[in-house]
Amino acid sequence: MSLKIDEKTRKIIYGPKGFRIRIPIASCSLAAGVNSVRDAVVNAIESLGVEAEIYRVGCMGQCFIDPWIEIAKEGLPPAIYGNVDPNNASKIKEIIQNYVNGDLSEAMAVRFKVDGVKSPQELTELDPWKYQVRFVSRNCGLIDPESIEDYIATGGYSGLKRALEMKREEVIEEIKRSKLRGRGGAGFPTWLKWNLCYQQKSDVKYVICNGDEGDPGAFMNRLLSESDPHRVVEGLIIAGYAVGATNGVIFVRAEKPLMAERLAKAVQQAREKGFLGKNILGTDFNFDIVTYRSAGAFVCGEETALIAAIEGRSRSRQRPPYPAVKGLWGKPTILNNVETLAHVATIFQFGVEEFLKYGTERTGGTKMFCVTGSVKRTGVYEVPIGTTIRRLIYDLAGGAKEGKNIKAVQAGGPSGGCIPVELFDVQLDFETLQQYGAIMGSGGLVVIDDSMCMVDVAHFFTGFTLAESCGKCLPCRVGVKLLNQILGKIKEGEGKIEDLETLQEIGESIMKTSLCALGGTAPNPVISTLKYFKHEYLEHIERKHCPAKVCQKLVTYVINPGICNGCGTCLRSCPAGAIEGKPRDAHKIIAEKCLRCGQCMIVCPAGAVGKV
Amino acid sequence: MECEFERSRERLDDDTFVSELVKKYGKDRSMLIPMLQEVMLRYHYLPRDILETLSEKIEVPIAEIINVATFYHQFRLEPVGRYIVSICFGTACYLLGSAIVYEAMRDAMGLKGDKHTTDDLAITIEPARCFGCCSLAPVAMVTSADGKERYVHGKLTPSEGRKLVRKYRAQALKEM
Ligand SMILES: Cc1cc2nc3c(=O)[nH]c(=O)nc-3n(C[C@H](O)[C@H](O)[C@H](O)COP(=O)(O)O)c2cc1C
Ligand code: SF4
Ligand code: FES
Repeated sequence: MSLKIDEKTRKIIYGPKGFRIRIPIASCSLAAGVNSVRDAVVNAIESLGVEAEIYRVGCMGQCFIDPWIEIAKEGLPPAIYGNVDPNNASKIKEIIQNYVNGDLSEAMAVRFKVDGVKSPQELTELDPWKYQVRFVSRNCGLIDPESIEDYIATGGYSGLKRALEMKREEVIEEIKRSKLRGRGGAGFPTWLKWNLCYQQKSDVKYVICNGDEGDPGAFMNRLLSESDPHRVVEGLIIAGYAVGATNGVIFVRAEKPLMAERLAKAVQQAREKGFLGKNILGTDFNFDIVTYRSAGAFVCGEETALIAAIEGRSRSRQRPPYPAVKGLWGKPTILNNVETLAHVATIFQFGVEEFLKYGTERTGGTKMFCVTGSVKRTGVYEVPIGTTIRRLIYDLAGGAKEGKNIKAVQAGGPSGGCIPVELFDVQLDFETLQQYGAIMGSGGLVVIDDSMCMVDVAHFFTGFTLAESCGKCLPCRVGVKLLNQILGKIKEGEGKIEDLETLQEIGESIMKTSLCALGGTAPNPVISTLKYFKHEYLEHIERKHCPAKVCQKLVTYVINPGICNGCGTCLRSCPAGAIEGKPRDAHKIIAEKCLRCGQCMIVCPAGAVGKV
Repeated sequence: MECEFERSRERLDDDTFVSELVKKYGKDRSMLIPMLQEVMLRYHYLPRDILETLSEKIEVPIAEIINVATFYHQFRLEPVGRYIVSICFGTACYLLGSAIVYEAMRDAMGLKGDKHTTDDLAITIEPARCFGCCSLAPVAMVTSADGKERYVHGKLTPSEGRKLVRKYRAQALKEM
């Protein structure tokens, strides 16, 4: 989708001074060293004597170009520079100088072209953008997330105005028409949940924004909240209005502090502007929001556990009754994912028709996917629901890393499954993924290459769930532990062929009998790898061999004599005394004595120890 | 249900601190987590005696408080170092080798077995959950014990991991 540049957007791009330098301040760019880049830019504009304004933005989801900056001076195309070296201040100065002189050759792309100025291609022509439809993520990396004025300037809170002019039933009807389904995992039709809650008679009702995002490998909620938090807040207010709620809660996990800070700030600004509080926008609708920081347990993302956490308890409970009937403090409550709510606001801003241009028969709109692991361009991509895995992983994310071969993708985190490369033409939507043993989940896709072991992946996820299980029900508590132990045995070369059947049986019974979806979906990673990668299991069991050389007990450690400088560090640290060699001569591992603990590989300062 | 807590700056003695806490949140069981979060802010861990005082004052059995405290990752029952280095064991990081970076860091600080904190209380190294910076895997987040400073480091290798913990330890020792 090409970016439509209207007058308002233009103003935001160039700023009031006509010269803006965008710097992304978000968790990912901070990790990539953007603070040093900012310092260098500040110094550069001072020493060059240019009248540029530094403008803080969020992240545009193209993490592989972090840290990046965008220079936009009236008369010139706004140019994006990727992978700016934070330690090279003089280079940063040179980039700015060249840009001002009209030389944009070092830029990665421009937002749009300007007649008569030679420039690289437009952002929307780049592979990682070409197939994206930036519906909810439209403002990410464009506006200052801490400025409500800038959000309003892009049409923000006009959706709320529109919703408040409608009857509650009409708002729900509008969402029904949009075919919006929850982006938090289960894909539950948003209107249905709202309607159930709306019909409850109660003077107090709650709406909760689920920002717990605990699925490792998924960070679209963080990115959205850090880059465009008002969109989430606006969505929550509309949800509150639709169901007749009095209070809203935004629940954010402890591991994502900047996300919590930005959302809290947005709430405060919205209150100051009269979008929260009493008689919102002159109507009789009263509503306010508090933010709540989770103390960090994966199960807290599950609805009833989340409610328990706010109430100060620590466990899930049986449903029904559904929270929409009896939720927080026993009152009717709806929970929606961060991205779901952002979609709500955007639907009301731009209309249902715009949203319905994308998606499938059963699910409207777009979804943000996080692609990480073994791909060239890691990041967040927003695409229509129903896009194929291949398009996302190869066309947008650039395919395998140099020298690697992709063999699968893990979709849906600890509750999801692995889909082999042969099935990459499968569409990303709720029903199709389920049919293949994975789930959409929150939209995290971790790409697995041939240097990663599928038994290890299954073992990793069962270990994750084991640590996260609240322990309330037996199948989850004991069953997952058994799965984990059996997989551990296979990884150590002590598996038996019968174990595969046992894994399958235990897995199926956990799925049937667990109380919450944490346990109910925990066996997915095991069952899907058993289905598509049985040969890897057999290799471990029958040949005591790990094809990816990951399972420590099944690999042989060797020292590369060409790299080893004979420092003796490994010799001193080997618990088995299995290493010999004279100082400054290449050392050697005696295979018979080696315990395969891998200690030598960890301590070697030269990286001379390898696995075969 | 206001949970955006303020950091208490004035130096209170332990008992007064707990009393103030109870005054602020009430004898309200449901406010246990925010109260524990405040104890964490002040002590950087949950000292047993403080929990006992709290248990008496809000009339919630100590066993129940410990139960909640052990359920959530954020709470810890042991003292921590000046800097806490958390290595992500999320999917993306794990698959790209965070376990080896973790072991390398522990080795550089001489941490073995159950030990996560150096004897000089300079550094704590622990495995952690996903920070949402998965595209820069493997990732480590470093926080000062008081939570005021926060740094994220991405694309770590074992040798960079070693350098990193040495740097923070030196810094911690300078500050202590
Ligand atoms: C173990 C577990 C963890 C979950 N974690 C999250 C989460 O982090 N964020 C989220 O929005 N939903 C999560 N969910 C799904 C929620 O229970 C709930 O379905 C969702 O918040 C509803 O919002 P939606 O309809 O907008 O998707 C989780 C579910 C389970 C079983
Ligand atoms: S793998 Fe372990 S036992 Fe074998 S040489 Fe290395 S340190 Fe020694
Ligand atoms: S998996 Fe490590 S930051 Fe997400």
